[in-house]
Amino acid sequence: MNLSSIKQLASTKPHFIFTINFSITNSFPYFSSVKMDEFVNLEATELRLGLPGTDNVCEGRERVSCSKRALQGAAENETESSTMKTETSPPRKAQIVGWPPVRSFRKNIVQTKKNESESEGGRGLYVKVSMDGAPYLRKIDLSCYKGYSELLKALEMMFNFSAGEYFEREGYNGSEFVPTYEDKDGDWMLIGDVPWEMFVCTCKRLRIMKGSEAKGFGCDV
Amino acid sequence: MAEEDLSEMAKDVELHLKLDPPLSANNKPSRSFKTSSSSSPPPCDTSHVLENVLENVLKFLESRRDRNAVSLVCRSWYRVEAQTRSEVFIGNCYSLSPARLARRFTRVRSLFLKGKPRFADFNLMPPDWGARFAPWVAVTAKAYPWLEKVTLKRMFVTDDDLALLAASFPGFKELVLLCCEGFGTSGVAVVANKCRQLKVLDLIESEVTDDEVDWISCFPEGETHLESLSFDCVESPINFKALERLVVRSPFLKKLRTNRFVSLEELHRLMVRAPQLTSLGTGSFSSSTENAGQGEQEPDYASAFRACRSLVCLSGFRELAAEYLPAISPVCANLTSINFSYANISPDVFRPIIRNCHNVRVFWALDSICDEGLQAVAATCKELRELRIFPFDPSEDSEGPVSGLGLQAISEGCRKLESILYFCQRMTNVAVTAMSENCPQLTVFRLCIMGRHRPDHVTGKPMDDGFGAIVKNCKKLTRLAVSGLLTDKAFSLIGEYGKLIRTLSVAFAGDSDMGLRYILEGCPKLEKLEIRDSPFGDAGLRSGMHRYNDMRFVWMSSCRLSRGSCSDIARALPSVVVEVFGSDDDDVDVDEDNADYVEILYMYRSLDGPRKDAPKFVTIL
Repeated sequence: MNLSSIKQLASTKPHFIFTINFSITNSFPYFSSVKMDEFVNLEATELRLGLPGTDNVCEGRERVSCSKRALQGAAENETESSTMKTETSPPRKAQIVGWPPVRSFRKNIVQTKKNESESEGGRGLYVKVSMDGAPYLRKIDLSCYKGYSELLKALEMMFNFSAGEYFEREGYNGSEFVPTYEDKDGDWMLIGDVPWEMFVCTCKRLRIMKGSEAKGFGCDV
Repeated sequence: MAEEDLSEMAKDVELHLKLDPPLSANNKPSRSFKTSSSSSPPPCDTSHVLENVLENVLKFLESRRDRNAVSLVCRSWYRVEAQTRSEVFIGNCYSLSPARLARRFTRVRSLFLKGKPRFADFNLMPPDWGARFAPWVAVTAKAYPWLEKVTLKRMFVTDDDLALLAASFPGFKELVLLCCEGFGTSGVAVVANKCRQLKVLDLIESEVTDDEVDWISCFPEGETHLESLSFDCVESPINFKALERLVVRSPFLKKLRTNRFVSLEELHRLMVRAPQLTSLGTGSFSSSTENAGQGEQEPDYASAFRACRSLVCLSGFRELAAEYLPAISPVCANLTSINFSYANISPDVFRPIIRNCHNVRVFWALDSICDEGLQAVAATCKELRELRIFPFDPSEDSEGPVSGLGLQAISEGCRKLESILYFCQRMTNVAVTAMSENCPQLTVFRLCIMGRHRPDHVTGKPMDDGFGAIVKNCKKLTRLAVSGLLTDKAFSLIGEYGKLIRTLSVAFAGDSDMGLRYILEGCPKLEKLEIRDSPFGDAGLRSGMHRYNDMRFVWMSSCRLSRGSCSDIARALPSVVVEVFGSDDDDVDVDEDNADYVEILYMYRSLDGPRKDAPKFVTIL
């Protein structure tokens, strides 16, 4: 096995889903070369919104909203309030090349993580929602909801119905409508039975069943 | 010995080993050399025996500084030392040619080559600048067929280079690539496949292009000699089944560092098959989404960790799912090295974990652990020697969750601290001074206040006093990186007290040429000087004329240098190579106003003159 045969082998293989090619030049999104004459007191001449003398920290940038997702734990409260501020603030001032001196490898990794968590959070887990008797389907983004109660409220508002109360044993009680979903295996399941995270991962589409078909979901199988 | 050999050697000795002109001129004449014009008589039996004895004694000498000293004793010792040195370290690949290496040292087993200067890591150097491994592998392939170990740092290595390496050294055992680039998974595959004696394959912080080659499957079948396999920087998926099989047939494997494409479930399978591991890179440390919904019983991660009784080093956590972190608890008390620097861990998640890590000596993390987390480290990790805190958000105006508070806490709790790298948004002189007083063992102090020119945030004064305290009180300091608002006073203190400093990093600091003068006139051991965006100009540069022959390199970018003074240096010091270039690799058709302005100066001593592989955008004066 030599280099050329390995390369040949590679070209016949099916493509991997991930083909991440790094280039060392400037993967960091915000930068500009700073010529020496700009070296003098950038802050005084900088244009920005806000009253003069306000703090530099927390200038608006997309990444703060990303890091809001990525951060866990106690730090969240602090960040959330600053995120609120930054959403309407102007973009941050341009970054200097190579400053702070963090290797692009580290920045890339953090970026990748942020992009991924950003996409996990708001990548749009769109699923179709149908309701028996309704003429058209709707689509909702599951990732917008934090749990079942939010989801159900949204569905109820969207289709103008009431799902009734959920009981672990009996399913939904008090309504002729039953919210169900089709999972990865093609089975129709009752919404609410599995943990939310699992639901989000396995749900393919939603269906709000009505009437006699719905009743079948009320019993223990 | 012929005259040329003598003068070559003399040059080597003079320049490379920082000696005065050859002692032979003044010493009592010994038997092995007469006047330089005649060739010396053949060595008689006694000196043969002596050389033999010396050879056997020198085999025990490993430190290169000791060996350098030995080689200065006389020519006979020089020769024997050259024949017995098996590990060669070359701190700047352009300081000599590969041919010279092969001429002097005849039996090299291990080669450590460093290429680009450190500022290249931060995109300050245009691509294709150089530091190619190709000429070195070509020469060593012929000169050292028994080469076993190659370590490269910041070198440009191609797949062809790796293929040649794999083909040329039948006994090849260890390949370590640190911060390298230019190669891909196909090059790695060739090494894996052809180097049948391979014990160590460590790819660390290198850029590895994804050639879509299943390199893990390229290791030959049967039992391997692998002791260390690190590929956490490889940003492409791997064939996990092949990795599992490889681990199973590698009974000597002690260090395994996987990349982020290895999920927690997969990691578990590896750990169960390799409980003898001492160092583990945990990959993503999160559950793969495929398994999430199946309701399978989750593997018992904690017991897998418990079974690894020899585990002392943990890293990875590339996409940490924090709820799984407590699984490492069984090994915490044994850990001596923890790298959390890719994991966004909050203080609440962090504290219960670190509470048990009494034996940690090396700790790397993100600043997301906050000052609180650092306080927890200070409370528990009494054996801490090295601390590195990286910024989660590496920008100038981010939140800054760590500060002088954390620094001071560490200094009070971790008295044995020797090395620190600390990124923060704001700092106080008081905290830095406290560290200087509490941690007398410090040899490396690197503080990066990310806001440029930022003063002490409590007093509003420059950070001069803090750094001054560091150089005054830390008497063993050999490496220093400064930041924040600094005046020339800081540099005068560094020059006055930093007598052991070998590496100095300066960015956005100082007022005038005096700052540079203080350093160059004051720090006799300075070997590596890297400066960016500071108001140091020609006068400062000239003040160091007497030093540049004794230094490994000087980097100055975006300072106030003119071509004229750089040319003067080049003229005055023929054994120093002076390179000037811009930060782009475009042809330098600069506007005339700035034609004299030097954006980047990189100069280094060299035994073999200017390099022949310089790209067009580099001018060697």
